[in-house]
Amino acid sequence: MKRYEQIPHTADIALRVYGKDLRELFINAAYGMFDVIADLEGLESSVSIDINLEAPSKEELLVSWLDELLYNFYTKGIIFFEFDVNFFNEIQLVAKAHGRHVGQNRNRLKTEIKAATFHDLSIREAKEGLSTDIVFDV
Amino acid sequence: MDNWQNPLQKIDDYRWRLPKSYMAGMRVPGIIYAEERLLEAVMRDKALKQVANAAFLPGIVRYSLAMPDIHWGYGLPIGGVVATDIEEGGVITPGGVGFDINCGVRLLKTDLMEKDVKSRIRELVNTLYNDVPAGVGSEGKIRVSPEEEKKILTKGAAWAVGKGYGTKEDLENTEEKGCMEGADPSIVSDRAYQRGKRQSGTLGSGNHFIEVQVIDEIYDTGTARVFNLEKGQITVMIHSGSRGFGYQICDEYSRDMGRALTKYGIAVPDRQLACAPVKSPEGQAYIASMKCAANYAWNNRQCLMHLVREVFEKVFKKSFKDLGMDLIYDVAHNIAKFERYDIDGKNRLLCVHRKGATRAFGPGHPDLPERYKEIGQPVIIPGDMGRNSFLLVGTQKAEETFYSTCHGAGRLLSRTAAISACRGRSIAKELEEKGILVLASGKGVLAEEAPEAYKNVTDVVHVVHGAGISKRVTRMRPLCVIKG
Repeated sequence: MKRYEQIPHTADIALRVYGKDLRELFINAAYGMFDVIADLEGLESSVSIDINLEAPSKEELLVSWLDELLYNFYTKGIIFFEFDVNFFNEIQLVAKAHGRHVGQNRNRLKTEIKAATFHDLSIREAKEGLSTDIVFDV
Repeated sequence: MDNWQNPLQKIDDYRWRLPKSYMAGMRVPGIIYAEERLLEAVMRDKALKQVANAAFLPGIVRYSLAMPDIHWGYGLPIGGVVATDIEEGGVITPGGVGFDINCGVRLLKTDLMEKDVKSRIRELVNTLYNDVPAGVGSEGKIRVSPEEEKKILTKGAAWAVGKGYGTKEDLENTEEKGCMEGADPSIVSDRAYQRGKRQSGTLGSGNHFIEVQVIDEIYDTGTARVFNLEKGQITVMIHSGSRGFGYQICDEYSRDMGRALTKYGIAVPDRQLACAPVKSPEGQAYIASMKCAANYAWNNRQCLMHLVREVFEKVFKKSFKDLGMDLIYDVAHNIAKFERYDIDGKNRLLCVHRKGATRAFGPGHPDLPERYKEIGQPVIIPGDMGRNSFLLVGTQKAEETFYSTCHGAGRLLSRTAAISACRGRSIAKELEEKGILVLASGKGVLAEEAPEAYKNVTDVVHVVHGAGISKRVTRMRPLCVIKG
């Protein structure tokens, strides 16, 4: 099963993300976002952070999750690409994000993502599990 | 163009009405500034629906407007202009400003002519690339302590000038004199500070750039003379915004405003248009934070201009003053402003959202610097990196658009489409063959930003000039560009 694909968006970047459940959908969305930001191939993780989040809806939680990772990327200089995510319910998660410091990997950086947006965001049932389109401001 | 459903009604060659019947819930019609041949691109994506979505905003007056560089964004379309009446429950929406609060452009002149720089272009672009921090999450050379950071938020570009990074005249020639009053650093989150620190004086990535240009056409000699500009003269354009600081503020308020929708019983068709009445505590908090970001951006562009002046000093071994490097003007093209207009015979204070749109005050406007009182506000319109850019001035007629005009070429192709169109090609080489040197720090940026990914800015400018909402003065051609 495809983790995500880029779909056309005139001004920004839009990803269609897939997952067999909410957990996988969140992991794939985060992976897709960092795949846009940097060349992830062959990177091995050496650093982790903990993330605890709660939001009014699962869509809001998804945006919070991505923005939380972006915030940590920009302030701690960590490229994330492996994720352990556990949900208490659909609007509360506890996660560990693993990655590598930008440091020597500066030449891997591709695109600056400013934020994940709420534009037309909805998590829907797909053939095999769930799918959602996310527009990122770049 | 027969195979698409055209809901637009032609008003004249440059104006198209999107009637309220297009979508139930629109409070006002939309007006799109475009020529017929530009409309096909508008219809291709969701931009038109976004014009309609914006017409849902409480307190909106006259029309939901779109400039000819309109394209699909999030919340308001890029190129969208919406004014709301504060006394009539008018709202402010972070989605009508954008993540890059006070993204904008400044144009500075030099007294150098094309022949003076021709043999130095490679040295110039290399030095710009080395000396101006650019790219994803780049950090600045200008070190700022946390205490100083707060001063930037209240003082804007004046902070940089106070540190010796510019002159008093620079401030005179900046929109709002480089500082919006009412910025409140005390309500800014620690996260916004964290994301903004070390980024003053950095270009950023994506479509942000510094470009050295030559004036290759003068349309209005009299006005050009006021700017001290003539054909063959070298100018520099800088495009950047509020960096991580502004993005974080928009991010936080986009989220908070979701709750305000419920609290104030507001229905909008796109969650990214979440909003609150200007007079509400939520609205006021966003405004005070947005102004901090706006001031951050003006200071950032001032710092960037300082670095550019230093590069020219290094390359040409003369002071920037001797090189005649005066700031023509600096415009914000992602912002909400408070301006007074006559609406139905009454003078009203409006909240004017300009998202990918430029303010264009006409001659005589009280907020213009003395030297531009007679000619109107300078309007700076960058094109893509392979084609022209323009300097225009605002007009009285622009009152109909709340003194707003276009902001650039406007994208035509998505980034994915641009990358696949450029597969196997070297954009840098193609541009070099046209006499344009380009250096970019991000992988793939040149393909994403390839000229063909954009509408031809000449067509866009033709519309705003033809519609009379701004007037062409000069056209510039790029010589070298650095991208983030």
